[in-house]
Amino acid sequence: MLKGRLGNLAYQLGALLLSFGVVSLILLAVGASPMEAFRNMFNGSFGSMRKFAEVLVAFVPLLLVTAGLLVTFAAGLWNIGVEGQVVLGAIATTWVYRFFLDSSLPPALVILLAILGGMLGGALWAALAGLLKVFGGVNEIFGGLGLNFVATALTIYLIFGPWKRPGVASMSGTVPFPDEFSLPLLTDLRISPWALALALMGIVFVYFLLQGTYFGLRLKAVGKNFRAAYLLGIPTWQYSMYSFLICGALAGAAGAIQVAAVYHRLIPSISSGYGYLGLMVAMLINYQAVWAVPVALFFAALNIGSIQLPILMKLDSSLAGVLQGVLVLFVLLGEGVRQKFGGRANS
Amino acid sequence: MNVELKNIHKHFGSVHANKGINLVIPSGSIQGILGENGAGKSTLMKILSGFIQADPGGEILLDGKPVVIHSPADAIHVGIGMLHQDPLDFPPMRVLDNFLLGQSGGLFPNRTAVARDFKRLAEQFDFSLDPDGYVDSLTVGERQQLEIIRLLWLGARVLILDEPTTGISASQKAKLFATLKKLAEQGMTVIFVSHKLEDVEHLCDKVAVLRAGELVGEAKPPYVTAKLVEMMFGKEITLGERQSAQQDEIVLALQNVSLEDVRLKIRNVSLDVRAGEVIGLAGMEGSGQDLFIRACAGLVRPVGGRILLKGRDLTGKSYHVFKRAGVNFLPAARLEEGLIPGLSLSDHFVLAEAPRGLFIDRQAGLQLAEERIKAFNIRGAPLSPVESLSGGNQQRAELALLQTPLSLVLLEHPTRGLDIESVIYIWSKLKERCRLKTAIIFISSDLEEILQYSDRVLVFFSGRVSPPLDAANTTVEQLGQLIGGKGWAEMGETHA
Repeated sequence: MLKGRLGNLAYQLGALLLSFGVVSLILLAVGASPMEAFRNMFNGSFGSMRKFAEVLVAFVPLLLVTAGLLVTFAAGLWNIGVEGQVVLGAIATTWVYRFFLDSSLPPALVILLAILGGMLGGALWAALAGLLKVFGGVNEIFGGLGLNFVATALTIYLIFGPWKRPGVASMSGTVPFPDEFSLPLLTDLRISPWALALALMGIVFVYFLLQGTYFGLRLKAVGKNFRAAYLLGIPTWQYSMYSFLICGALAGAAGAIQVAAVYHRLIPSISSGYGYLGLMVAMLINYQAVWAVPVALFFAALNIGSIQLPILMKLDSSLAGVLQGVLVLFVLLGEGVRQKFGGRANS
Repeated sequence: MNVELKNIHKHFGSVHANKGINLVIPSGSIQGILGENGAGKSTLMKILSGFIQADPGGEILLDGKPVVIHSPADAIHVGIGMLHQDPLDFPPMRVLDNFLLGQSGGLFPNRTAVARDFKRLAEQFDFSLDPDGYVDSLTVGERQQLEIIRLLWLGARVLILDEPTTGISASQKAKLFATLKKLAEQGMTVIFVSHKLEDVEHLCDKVAVLRAGELVGEAKPPYVTAKLVEMMFGKEITLGERQSAQQDEIVLALQNVSLEDVRLKIRNVSLDVRAGEVIGLAGMEGSGQDLFIRACAGLVRPVGGRILLKGRDLTGKSYHVFKRAGVNFLPAARLEEGLIPGLSLSDHFVLAEAPRGLFIDRQAGLQLAEERIKAFNIRGAPLSPVESLSGGNQQRAELALLQTPLSLVLLEHPTRGLDIESVIYIWSKLKERCRLKTAIIFISSDLEEILQYSDRVLVFFSGRVSPPLDAANTTVEQLGQLIGGKGWAEMGETHA
């Protein structure tokens, strides 16, 4: 049996090949050429600087969300509510922008406050899921799922209610903010180096938090064995709450970037499903922070590359989602099979 | 139905839980199965009722015909039904629906016919069960009654009852015994598994005693209690030298403490524990000693009374407060509660030190682990995950997690499942603590261990607590009697 890092990598690559195989079969079944589809996806994401910038635009929130989820996963929590935490980050950022819309503060300061506000918004929304879990006995999966729906409804309410465009409210969102409220973008490209830096800082922060600090060690203890961690003297529920707060803040930052650097307003689907996608990335990398960057980049590339499919091949762009889903399933399946084999070998 | 067990063996890994058991149980009789925890009673009954399979080579014969039982469904098919200690029913469902479960075949149950059968059976045994009530609302005794008529209705002709008198009231017990006698008269075979001598003596036509996986003997009425106790626990062995009880300051004081959980109630226990003293808690599992030790740790809140640690009232405070005041608790379930699978030995020692600061000092952590591994003779490396260690080494690792200094150490089954070398080593480490004025309270099902290492002993039986017995003047036999519920009348009551 394959052991260690190298063995792991071999399994992941095997799963990757298998999932490409499955998607190829689906493509063949609908009469399309798999090679052409994959080539179009690749060109769609890495074919030009502009396209690669788009990949990075998707990569930034995905990486932030993944970073946050690594913290809650370390604490043994399934923070499905991360999607709503992204949304609340966006809402809070929008609120801060609106608050300072007519102020004389320098725009850079407003942007900073808006992003901090977004992080706070996400953290508070996560705290709600945490409180439900710790004091209400509501499983964080159910609590988070419920709060996701509430967050979506809240966005729609704000867009069509208090924050609606003058004249007629529309699904296209609130009135865009003035240009000076945008995080600075690269010339001719939609990517903000500031956003990219923030995302990379997020994952580096989480890596060191989990690998190098007593806080991270305690968090892992709580996640791996709540009872034993308590008996070892670790304040267990407090650590659960901390992990929710950190994850919420990072997810909130993702939402803030969506407003401050991508859409420049609040739109109904502001989170673009990055919360759920982040869950997949975290599962795929087996909760190891070191792999977050390449895998998140790969997922972002799939998302952006698949946009080309309807245009060039009349295929639906949800093919990227199928590929991602199948990939995660195969990796988890490989893990399960391996554990079963391991168990057999020992007994 | 005549039940015959021939040469039944069962290994769990290296543990030989049943060693060549031969037993004949004639039709129409009540057979008692007696033995302490871990004697192999449950294993044997699980084999008979299809929950586990015996090792190849053994045979089960019903009315002379060999049968193969692979599952509980097979067992009920050939007429063997088992009533578990915790009834295996479905609390959120109605009584009648529970009754229907396990019936084979038929997509749409005929509820009216079933309700009629249910009523007939319930009346026959004078059970008052409401078929439309919910199972949650039933007492343990009523759930047993439901389970008995369900098994009979499914066609059981051999009924196995595992510790059925735990958690039921005296009147329910009387009714249960009357029912079992009636069933035996009707030709049913009843197998009654218990550690309660009184119940077995009262009810059974014949008793088989198991010890350490072996059937050590059978007895018929009139029973001699002393003989049964001797068979259960083996001959008394000579005890090694013990330290005399020390008369130091009081570390832990329990004042009229009352405790409750779903199964039992403990009332008004008072006890003073002195520095350096060792108190052993004896009793069958689930008799209240686990509740008691967790209350001493602040893990269970007393419903009445006060708990003082070195004179400070800690009643109702959390374990973390107790821990800061110098109390450490080591649970029996090492990998479930004591240690954290996935973390290394080094991680554990670092966490137990409650380090301040932000960044982990790996070098210091490794050094600490090296020291502890050496001091506690643990076979493992600082970076070994705890789940990779053997049971004995996990236990040593747990001991190595104890803080210094401590006022009180609470241990659940500190040496269960360990080889003799580890047992001696662990107690030598604990006795070192005692010399440093740490008091120890521990639970063990090994009576010799209790008498060997304790200064005083508390015996638990169904929530009753004996006064502290001086271990030096107590014998294994006396303890065995008390554990089996005998001789409590002479003790005076609970006030310890």
